[in-house]
Amino acid sequence: MLEVQDITVRYSGLPVLREASLRVEEGQTVSVVGANGAGKSTLLKAIMGAARMSSEGRINFRGQSIKGLKTEEIVRLGLIYVPEDRKLFKPLSVEENLLLGAFVVDDEAKKHTKLEYVYDLFPRLRERRRQAAGSLSGGEQQMAAIGRGLMSNPKMLMLDEPSLGLAPLMVSEVFATVRRLQQEGLTVLLVEQNVLEALELADYAYIMQTGRLRHEGVAQELLQSDLVRKAFLSI
Amino acid sequence: METLLPELLRSLVSGLLMGMVFALVALGLTVIFGVMDIVNFAHGEFLMIGMYTTLVTAPLIGVDPTLTLPLAGVVGAALGLACYFGVVQFLLRGPMVAQLLGTFGLMLVLRNLALLFMGSEPRSVHKGWLVGQSWLVGPGVVLESTKLAAAVLSIVSFVAVWWLIRRTKTGMALTATSLDKEGARYVGISTERMNGLAWAIGGASVAIAGGLLVNFWPVDPNVGLLFTMIAFATVALGGFGSIRGAFLAGILIGLIVSLPTVWDAFIRYAGLGDLSIHSFKYTFVYIIYFLIMVIRPQGLFGWKQ
Ligand SMILES: Nc1ncnc2c1ncn2[C@@H]1O[C@H](COP(=O)(O)OP(=O)(O)OP(=O)(O)O)[C@@H](O)[C@H]1O
Ligand SMILES: [Mg+2]
Repeated sequence: MLEVQDITVRYSGLPVLREASLRVEEGQTVSVVGANGAGKSTLLKAIMGAARMSSEGRINFRGQSIKGLKTEEIVRLGLIYVPEDRKLFKPLSVEENLLLGAFVVDDEAKKHTKLEYVYDLFPRLRERRRQAAGSLSGGEQQMAAIGRGLMSNPKMLMLDEPSLGLAPLMVSEVFATVRRLQQEGLTVLLVEQNVLEALELADYAYIMQTGRLRHEGVAQELLQSDLVRKAFLSI
Repeated sequence: METLLPELLRSLVSGLLMGMVFALVALGLTVIFGVMDIVNFAHGEFLMIGMYTTLVTAPLIGVDPTLTLPLAGVVGAALGLACYFGVVQFLLRGPMVAQLLGTFGLMLVLRNLALLFMGSEPRSVHKGWLVGQSWLVGPGVVLESTKLAAAVLSIVSFVAVWWLIRRTKTGMALTATSLDKEGARYVGISTERMNGLAWAIGGASVAIAGGLLVNFWPVDPNVGLLFTMIAFATVALGGFGSIRGAFLAGILIGLIVSLPTVWDAFIRYAGLGDLSIHSFKYTFVYIIYFLIMVIRPQGLFGWKQ
């Protein structure tokens, strides 16, 4: 589904992402874990055409090269990014935010089916549909951001630290949602600092350190490995 | 009192009518700022070009000036698009100062072009359905049809643009772009196109305002400066990027500009002839602008609401 090969991003000369390569197969959930500032968000933004990459490397999505495409063109191909700071349209209502998520969908009927789907996924959003998105709690805003991402019926969803800054109850709700999307067959690339949860959920995972995807493997195996247990889980 | 009351009424009515036109003049500026965080110093020149469009094309096509308004709108939109895709787009990469100087340069270019093609002497519309028509609507209160039509059509245009922005899909995309550019891109909106659209809407609405104004306001290549200042004050008062704010602030500024006339009538009435402030009325606009910046920089409705 997604194939990234050797992409590099530099900010004012300093490489923040170095020769990163990663694969996500259709229907898989792949996690990328790593500490603050490792370059996880930069990786996702680079895939979305929202970070300036050096000329080397390739990015293919569903058999088509998307390197050099504009963000909005990539969105139209069915790759959706839910950023860590959510980027909701705060003064607009929850429903207006969700409908904007379906901006690339022209079929009105499809749009409304999808809206109902998102409301079923997050009943709390239905209750708050007329409320300004900026007035929601952190967890609800995360639901709105994921919901907005789902509105365009994506082929693949990239979630950037969806559990960031949420209370434990909300965190498990967010992961439950990811699990449900996974069961529905959606392809998911999940970036997390919540290593345990992210690895338990994923089929395959990458560990990112200082701009490099240093280790990769089947998520369950990584979870058992000394490396992960020592570095991230302090066991 | 017999002379003061009509004077007061007259000023209020004329202030109210002018205010509605000011609102339309400011609308484009606030839309462009809302979407792009850029102040367009050439805004008044867009208005000037709208005025010339109506002045020149009405006799040329042989129709009433009022009927040339759509044409003024089209010319304004085209001008806005040309300015954005030809110049402003490239300024975005530079610092804020470069952007300011860039639109300042646009102002000079448009002004000089007008000077070149239209000459420096002020010109007015002399013929038309509206020209010269007026009604006595109260004791001493005369309603000029040119101003009444300008006010009414300004409101119609204003509401049309508001509807476009708040009630259509494209308008919602424009709103989303003004609220969060990155977020807009992540839902598939082309923010460059939205920038262009903002300039088209901005150019069209202010050029239509120009086409309405020229029925009772002479046009010359420098007429834009006054209106740029009025539009800045209006947008600052209403809150940068706020459409509702531009509307109410436009009317307020219209009333403020008409108040000196009331004062003068009072002075005349009281026999203090040399305290007239009528000739300073636009200075008040600047004073208002200054006071807002000091007391309430976010304007009446806050930024981008
Ligand atoms: N626009 C930018 N300009 C300059 N440096 C940047 C920019 N964006 C990110 N960086 C730097 O790149 C590095 C990686 O940032 P990135 O946001 O990708 O990390 P991350 O792994 O997502 O971290 P976190 O877990 O805190 O979100 C950081 O050192 C950051 O300071
Ligand atoms: Mg990050």
